[in-house]
Amino acid sequence: MTPPPAVVSLEGVTKRYANGTLAVRGVDLTVARGDFVSLLGPSGCGKSTVLRMMAGLIPPSSGRVEMAGGGETGDIGFVFQEPTLAPWSTALKNVMLPLRLAGMARAEAERRAAAALASVGLAGFEKSYPRGLSGGMRMRVSIARALVTKPRLLLMDEPFAALDEITRHRLNNDLLTLWQAERFTAVFVTHSVFESVYLSRRIVVMAARPGRVVEDLAVDAPYPRGEVFRTSADYAAHCRDISAALSRAMGE
Amino acid sequence: MSVSLSANEAAEAPVEHQAKRYAGLTAETWFRILAPTVIGVLALLGWEAVVRINEIPPYLLPGPVSVFQTLIREWPSLSVSLLITLQITFAALFVAAALGLLLSVLFAQSRIIEMSLFPYAVILQVTPVVAIAPLIIIWVDDIRIALLICAWIVAFFPILSNTTLGLNSADHNLTDLFRLYRASRWQVLRYLRLPTAMPYFLAGLRISGGLALIGAIVAEFVAGTGGRASGLAYRILEAGYQLQIPKMFAALVLVSLTGIAIFLAMSLISHLCLRHWHESAMKERR
Repeated sequence: MTPPPAVVSLEGVTKRYANGTLAVRGVDLTVARGDFVSLLGPSGCGKSTVLRMMAGLIPPSSGRVEMAGGGETGDIGFVFQEPTLAPWSTALKNVMLPLRLAGMARAEAERRAAAALASVGLAGFEKSYPRGLSGGMRMRVSIARALVTKPRLLLMDEPFAALDEITRHRLNNDLLTLWQAERFTAVFVTHSVFESVYLSRRIVVMAARPGRVVEDLAVDAPYPRGEVFRTSADYAAHCRDISAALSRAMGE
Repeated sequence: MSVSLSANEAAEAPVEHQAKRYAGLTAETWFRILAPTVIGVLALLGWEAVVRINEIPPYLLPGPVSVFQTLIREWPSLSVSLLITLQITFAALFVAAALGLLLSVLFAQSRIIEMSLFPYAVILQVTPVVAIAPLIIIWVDDIRIALLICAWIVAFFPILSNTTLGLNSADHNLTDLFRLYRASRWQVLRYLRLPTAMPYFLAGLRISGGLALIGAIVAEFVAGTGGRASGLAYRILEAGYQLQIPKMFAALVLVSLTGIAIFLAMSLISHLCLRHWHESAMKERR
C-alpha cells in the first residue's frame, strides 16, 4: 500500500525572528492528505510558528515549506485562537469575505456562505452581528469562514482554548463531523493532551527552546469518535502515553 | 451525525435588555433628560431672582427673561447672522472631514508620505488660529473664504490624526487573514482598514464639529467690523460697542445652542453608523 500523497511538507525548516529569537529549528514534517494531525507542546515550542509557515503567512529562515499543487488562494483555511471576526459585519458577511476577496459575485457568495453557516449549526443567525453571539457561536462562524472556500487544508491555532469545557466538547465533536463530511486535511495546534488524543489520528509532540519536533505518535482509534471513545480504556491509555511523551519533551 | 448548535451555547448569546418604556423612552433616558433640565431651570430662576432683587441694570447683567425677549425681538437680524456662521462652520467641517479622510488614507498607504507631511499637520494644529487669522484675512480677498480657511485649520487636525490612528489599528489576525486570501491593497483598505477607522473618524468628527464653530467665531472676531461678515461673532462685537448687553447675551446663547446642536447631530450620526457593532454605541446589556 502506498502512503497517501502529502498536502504540505516542511523540510529542515528553521525560523529565527527579526529580534533574534530562534522559534523553531530543523523541523521535518509531512502532513498526508486527509489526515488529522495535532501539534502538541508547551508554550514557546513554536507550534504556532510552524502553523503560520504552513499557511505561508511567514517565510522560513531556512529550509523548505511546500504546499502540494502550489497552494492556490482558498486552498488553505485558517482558524485563529480568537474568532477574529469583523465586528462591523454580520455573520453571513463575515463568512462571505474569503469569497468576495476572490471576486465571487455577491449572490453566489451569499448562497455558499449561508450553506457554510448551516453546516456549523448556525442556520438562522445570518444577520446576527458578532456582538450578539456567544463565544462558541463566534468560533463556529470563524470555522464556517475557514471552510467556505472548500480548502484542502484547514489550519487551526488553539481555536477552542478560550471556551468552556462543555462548549469545547461540542465543538470538538462538530469539528470531527465536518472533517469526515468534507474530507479536508486538518492540522490542529493545542496544548491539551486530551483534546489532541480525542481529535487526531497523529500527534506531533514539540519541545521548546529551541522549538523542535521530538515525538510523532499515532492514535489508531476508529472514527467516528464520541462519548464512548472519550470514556474508553483505549482513550485513557493514549492520554497516558501522550502525557508521558509531553513530560519527556518538557523535561529534556 | 450532524452539526447543530447546543442549547448551552445559544443561551450564552448576549440578549438585549428590554426595559419598560414611558412615552417611548426608558426611565433611564427620562432621567437623563429631566435631571439636567431641572438644574437648568433652577439656575435660570435664581439668575432672574438675583437680577430683580438687586435691581441690576440690564447693561451690566440682563436677566434671562430680558435676554429671551431680546432674542425674539432681534430674531430677524440674529437669524441671518446665525445662518452665515452655520454656513461657514459646516463648509469648514465638510472640507476638514473630506480632506482629513483623504489625507489619512494617503498616509496609511505610504509611511514616507506620512512621515514627511504629518509634522506640518501638527504645526498647523499648534499654531493659534487667532495669530494667523489676520494674515489669512489680509491674503484672501473673499472674507467668507478667509473665515472658512480659519475654521478649517482648527477642525482639520482631530479628523486627520484620529483617522490615521484608526487606519493603523486593524486587528493583526484579521490582517493575516486578508494576507492568507491574497487581498489586494484596495481590498484591505475597503474591507478592513476603513471599517476599523470608522469609529475613530466619527470621534474626530464629533470633536471637529465644535472646533469648526469655535474657529469660525474666532475668525469673525478677528475680522471684526472691517469686513462684510455679519456672523454671530460680529453681532456680539456690535452689541458690545453699543452697550446692548441683552443682545450680546442673545447672540451668545445662539452660539452655545448651535454648538450643542452640532454636538448632538454628530453624536447621532456616530450612533447610527456604529449601533450594530461598536462598544461605544451598544445599548445597556443585561
